[in-house]
Amino acid sequence: MPLAELNFGTIGLHHYLFLGAVLFVSGLLTILVKRNAIGILMGVELILNAANVNLVAFNAFSHGGGPNGLRLDGQVFAIFVIVIAAAEAAVALAIFLNFYNNFSTIDVERAQNLRG
Amino acid sequence: MSALLAQLPDVTSDNVSAVLFYLFAIMSGASAIGVAVSRNIVRTAVCLLFTLVGVAGLYFLLHAEFLAAVQLVVYAGGTLILIIFGVMLTSKSPFSRFEPKLGEVVIAISISSILLFALVLGIARTSFASDPLVTELYPVDRLGQVLLGDYLVPFEVVSVLLLVVMIGAAYLAKGRRREEDETGRRPTMSRRAREWS
Repeated sequence: MPLAELNFGTIGLHHYLFLGAVLFVSGLLTILVKRNAIGILMGVELILNAANVNLVAFNAFSHGGGPNGLRLDGQVFAIFVIVIAAAEAAVALAIFLNFYNNFSTIDVERAQNLRG
Repeated sequence: MSALLAQLPDVTSDNVSAVLFYLFAIMSGASAIGVAVSRNIVRTAVCLLFTLVGVAGLYFLLHAEFLAAVQLVVYAGGTLILIIFGVMLTSKSPFSRFEPKLGEVVIAISISSILLFALVLGIARTSFASDPLVTELYPVDRLGQVLLGDYLVPFEVVSVLLLVVMIGAAYLAKGRRREEDETGRRPTMSRRAREWS
């Protein structure tokens, strides 16, 4: 059967939003379940990626039009999110290295100095 | 340009993009679930790599080629390497495990499934106003104009933020030892240096 006769349906905005929901919930589950601090950082990265997928999908499917024809606000927001995620990962890893030097573990359950 | 786009066979292009969408979506979604359920931190990092690559493929399908390249270079090439370095520096053995308690896992899974149900229901019931996409083959020049035109101030603020983060991360990673040097006490070796000496 030639490929042109197969019909896989049209991919719309909803498909990308469903994928963004799956990524977000996976990131939330990662943050809630992991006790390794770096695992929690990976969950945060997953959530930021879910937000990025939604931003780019909305930009592609329901951009505002406007006088210049092509609006790219969603992609610009996604670029800012990527930059800030990189910055956040750098600072978080510096904090985790300090934590590891002080407690000799990376388990977040051991960070209890401020517990009342 | 529009004549060039009109020459593309519509149905085949739709089919190919649909197949590619399902390929990348299953890849990134399954790897994201793998990030959540994997017990081994190195395996988690590899799953995160596949998720990031799949999302980059989705950006290609959404006509965001520059963003896909940025995703591959900055995320998969930079941030993930940083995370793997963190794994290497903070675990005595790369296979160290911290098992969560069973009650925590049950609560987390129930919260997540309720949230997923609500999100899917909300998305499925909403009809979004959808304008037809104005396709340009290479919108990178437009992206640059927007980035240095409408978004000039956030762009500069982000560059200052990167400088602050660079200095702050270097200070956080090395600051303690320098303070103890200044007070005249004997500088304590870091834990890793003690292990190796």
